[in-house]
Amino acid sequence: MPAYDEVEVGTELPEQVFPVQRHNLILYCGASGDSNLIHWNERIAKAVGLPDVIAHGMFTMAEAGRILTDWAGDPGAVLEYGVRFSRPVVVPDDDKGAQLTVRGKVEEKLDGNRVLVGLTASVEGGSQVLTGARAVVRLP
Amino acid sequence: MPLNREFVGREYPASATYEVGREHIRQFADAIGDQNPIYRDPAAAKAAGHPDVIAPPTFLTVLGFRFGFDSPIVDPGLGLDYSLVVHGEQRFVLHRPVVAGDVLSTVSKVAEIRDAGRNELMTLVTDVAGADGEPVATLTSTLVSRGTAVPRDTASKEA
Repeated sequence: MPAYDEVEVGTELPEQVFPVQRHNLILYCGASGDSNLIHWNERIAKAVGLPDVIAHGMFTMAEAGRILTDWAGDPGAVLEYGVRFSRPVVVPDDDKGAQLTVRGKVEEKLDGNRVLVGLTASVEGGSQVLTGARAVVRLP
Repeated sequence: MPLNREFVGREYPASATYEVGREHIRQFADAIGDQNPIYRDPAAAKAAGHPDVIAPPTFLTVLGFRFGFDSPIVDPGLGLDYSLVVHGEQRFVLHRPVVAGDVLSTVSKVAEIRDAGRNELMTLVTDVAGADGEPVATLTSTLVSRGTAVPRDTASKEA
């Protein structure tokens, strides 16, 4: 875990690219209890006007949050985490799925060894799927 | 049809407590592909200063599905058509980590309903407490009810 004193405004968290495949969404349906058809059934997703099956917004939020918990080491260091869902992650039924690229940067140093981190999450082509994503992380 | 604004301020306690299970935490971590041992190994969690394995920051989303029927969302009096709803925003404030073995009580409250163009935004705030009543987390969800706002010209005529 990085130390508070070593971190500056502008310090970047290591970027990560997370593959998002149908298999991940099925697991998340079971783990979260959200088995809405649009997250696994292409026929229903298209019938309601979506281009294909889409990831749960909460799956995308959880996956993006991994750059915080991986950076902190102890997931208990994440004190606050909030996002706006700007567009869905469309997950095709192929061997690759979607690719979620997540970046983060320290935006402010707060008291109590806490830092405010801003996150971005985009899919291939650069579309941002989360906006206003911010977290408060406590560092040693 | 617009949402019933009389619901602002109403509180919906969950009908039962929710016990956080080690294996459910593991299952959730598996679903997001996270191998962090603090989610999986009680010894690793203890070494990090936790009493047992802890849950990922967004784990408490499970409460919304476990207790969906105790929510204002499904109260017919609110007038929410779920087929028009998209999840707009979500925020977690963790007063402490969620730990395996926690027995959690939850109360959801309709904090705000407001127009945003042709849509309505409803903000639900869920307070999660531990067995001793101590605050564990506060979840804020904003749902977008698409196209249900009263059109402006109609609203001004009615006023």
